[in-house]
Amino acid sequence: MNRLSLFGLLRLVINRDLMLAMRRRADVLTTLIFFVMVVSLFPLGVGPELGMLRKMAPGVVWVAALLASMLSLGRMFSADYLDGTLEQMLLAPQSLSVLVLGKILAHWMLSGLPLVLMAPVLGLQFDMSVQSLWVLIASLLLGTPVLSMIGAVGAALTLGLRGGGVLVSLLVLPLCIPVLIFGTGAVEAVASGMSVASHLSLLGALLVLALVFTPWVTAQALRISME
Amino acid sequence: MTINWFKYSAPSTFYGLAGKLVPWFAWLSAILFATGLYIGFFVAPTDAVQSEAYRIIFIHVPASIMSMFLYLIMAGYAALGLVFNTRLSSMMASALAPTGALFAFISLWTGALWGKPMWGAWWVWDARLTSELILLFLYFGFIALHASIDDPRRADRASALLAILGSVNVPIIYFSVKWWNTLHQGSTVKFTGTSMHVAMQQAMFITLTACWLYAIAITLARVRSIILERERNTQWVDELPEVRS
Repeated sequence: MNRLSLFGLLRLVINRDLMLAMRRRADVLTTLIFFVMVVSLFPLGVGPELGMLRKMAPGVVWVAALLASMLSLGRMFSADYLDGTLEQMLLAPQSLSVLVLGKILAHWMLSGLPLVLMAPVLGLQFDMSVQSLWVLIASLLLGTPVLSMIGAVGAALTLGLRGGGVLVSLLVLPLCIPVLIFGTGAVEAVASGMSVASHLSLLGALLVLALVFTPWVTAQALRISME
Repeated sequence: MTINWFKYSAPSTFYGLAGKLVPWFAWLSAILFATGLYIGFFVAPTDAVQSEAYRIIFIHVPASIMSMFLYLIMAGYAALGLVFNTRLSSMMASALAPTGALFAFISLWTGALWGKPMWGAWWVWDARLTSELILLFLYFGFIALHASIDDPRRADRASALLAILGSVNVPIIYFSVKWWNTLHQGSTVKFTGTSMHVAMQQAMFITLTACWLYAIAITLARVRSIILERERNTQWVDELPEVRS
């Protein structure tokens, strides 16, 4: 048996998760439709005034993205847990952290990336300027992976628990607040003519920090849950 | 003579020690609360800017400090339990959580009462208020996760990991005043001289100590119940006089 390189392993896990998801496309679409619906509900709730909507847009899009990413967290490990694949992953000689990182990246491609691509269309509904839209995309690109990573820890901790879906939101949402603050802060900064560099840098810093620590923490959480 | 440093890390010995300590801490706390509040309400002068409303700080400030410290202590105990697999540390962590949540809630509540006359609003979305609210959510998350796992061992370890993750948030709370430009006044108590009247300082530090002692007393009392609950199948619990009768 030839030994897999780390990148090979990562690609293998990502390909596997993507292929599994492509066989059940409805799951991916549900998250995206939920995101679009939540964002579209806000104008109906607060009124169609464009000035106010423009001001609210980054916050609304970001909160909706946060909620949508919570929705799909339960799926990250549960299928593998139920059919025993996860146990095999824990026993595998390869690093569990890298396996987990692969699963997180696949989860982001399926639940985060579609939101990022959809966000500009929703931004137009709120009459955002082109410049703001670009910053919104950049902040979502930097921020949504962090949501997936923090969410992975919560998903691993609540694996196989009753009422896990609500519980995972309770655990993860408070930890995601800094991402929300800097993400919306960047869009608001560009709308009021200030520099976005500081907000995007902080988001990038959170991304790097999460990239380094959360796969390992998630792996530990999985070990605790699977004992 | 050699000292057995780990004697009281066993729940069976700690149970008795905690039982002896609780009344001491509880009474000391009650006396200090009475003194601190007396000085705070009758001796300390009226504030030049905030008039009588400032007197809320004798509860508000200790409660805020305690809510943050207790989270760190809880995370510390949880980490000890996770690393060394000591049962008592995890029990202490779960005994601390409700008290910490209580202090966070008191801090928010009294803050709202102070905010109404001072800022004209019960609640403003200032960084410190928001962080305190997030801290309360973190306590809720810890308690909820612990409560929803039936196996106590897994519950301890899982919530320990969560507590350590959440403790990243506590420094953010502390530095939030500097990070965001906000309505909340900066800290008045500094290590190099303060702008407060001596009686105000004394009252605040006495109530802070009282809160510490209260937290210790209530945690020890709660950890005794947790020990009894978890060790109910052991022989030493059966032999306790309060269990037999």
